[in-house]
Amino acid sequence: MNWDWQVVDDFMPRFWDGVLVTLQALAIGTLISFALGLVWALAQRSPLVWVRWPVVAVTEFIRNTPLLVQLFFLFYVVPNFGPSMSPLTTGIVGLGLHYSTYTAEVYRAGIEGVPAGQWEAATALSLSKSRTWRSVILPQAIRRVVPPLGNYVVAMLKDSPMIATIGAFDMLGEAQAFSNETFTTEALTIVGVAFIVIAYPASLLIRALERRLVR
Amino acid sequence: MMSSEFFTTWFLPGIWVTVQVTVYAAALGAAVAFGIGLARASQYWIVRFLAGVYFEVFRGTSALVLMFWMFFALPLFGWQLAPMWAGVSALGLTYGAYGSEVVRGSLAAVSPAQKEAGIALNFTRWQRLRLIELPQAWPEMVPPFNNLLIELMKGTALVSVITVADMTFAGNLLRLGTNETTPVYTLLLVLYFVFAFLITRGMRVLERKAKAGIGQQPEKRGGITAKLSARAGSAQAGTQSSGGI
Repeated sequence: MNWDWQVVDDFMPRFWDGVLVTLQALAIGTLISFALGLVWALAQRSPLVWVRWPVVAVTEFIRNTPLLVQLFFLFYVVPNFGPSMSPLTTGIVGLGLHYSTYTAEVYRAGIEGVPAGQWEAATALSLSKSRTWRSVILPQAIRRVVPPLGNYVVAMLKDSPMIATIGAFDMLGEAQAFSNETFTTEALTIVGVAFIVIAYPASLLIRALERRLVR
Repeated sequence: MMSSEFFTTWFLPGIWVTVQVTVYAAALGAAVAFGIGLARASQYWIVRFLAGVYFEVFRGTSALVLMFWMFFALPLFGWQLAPMWAGVSALGLTYGAYGSEVVRGSLAAVSPAQKEAGIALNFTRWQRLRLIELPQAWPEMVPPFNNLLIELMKGTALVSVITVADMTFAGNLLRLGTNETTPVYTLLLVLYFVFAFLITRGMRVLERKAKAGIGQQPEKRGGITAKLSARAGSAQAGTQSSGGI
């Protein structure tokens, strides 16, 4: 192999552009998935069948189909019916929507993991419904959901290069374009290493959190 | 609209390619999962360490980036892989890493007393693994393996990006040729969902069988116990004849 540092030097400015786009997609995608996931989870607990059933069907469908095809769907099909979005916006919405179905499961498991005795105790103390959620259920559920939610953020980071396929210039998009222009491999290698460099400390952090929160 | 000619020349073969990539990558992934998973439970620290490095590296990178790297960068190091095999390797190596965690975790969950019983019977490490630890860990492994298999199946859509003519690739071709994107991508999503459903169904059968093998059928248990004691006898005979402990 011949590794050319000059090529690396040429790629660096575009690499940082890509990092910025990746982090932006990750940050907003995370916010969407965390918020929307909570909506799904609460809707799945709804006593109304016509709320619960469609939500379960939609989330199951999204969870069991590939993110890549969903991105194509959002990018090429949705404009036929409604708004057309930029590649990056489409990518962010796609990531957020896809992972919201995973975070919904996390919230659901977290809420159901609170022992039934806690609900009964809240009833015995005749706490109001909102007080029960606020003071009894949520504080206990949050400890359970933080580590798996963190794992999905790392998973989303690793799926984020898919937005390059619809033309968003994230880390992979930049590396791909650069490699095609210069017929070099350094850019792709750097991006591969960059993912490890970001993902590994992140998963260590989550494991540390897990040890602290779940005892 | 989707012509019937297009359907037979691209879509049907594409479905078959998706099935093939899923099967090959799952086979590679399972081999890696057991190899690395057992290595991570090894008694030698160097083996554990190397397997741990494998796990962290392949869990840390994105399957798509790895696939790109294998397809575009590897040839410049003098190793050209056909697109299909670059895709299968990237998926198999990545999901094998996730699978190794399942294998390691479920082996660790086997009660220590069971392992000690094997030692007391003078079983070799390999015998303990094959006759005691793996059979008990297996039912624990099936449900997480089902999830991984579905993730892997969904991951096969990525191979379309490195020009493997799977069903997503066929969909993209049609998008380039016509503007009829709605039926194509809707059909694709439905097909992937059907695949996921079929995998879950298949794995449920496997799960039932795995659970039935342990604890529920006393006569079967008797069979295993009989086999174990026979093994123990031969193992002891073996060590005695070789003169060591």
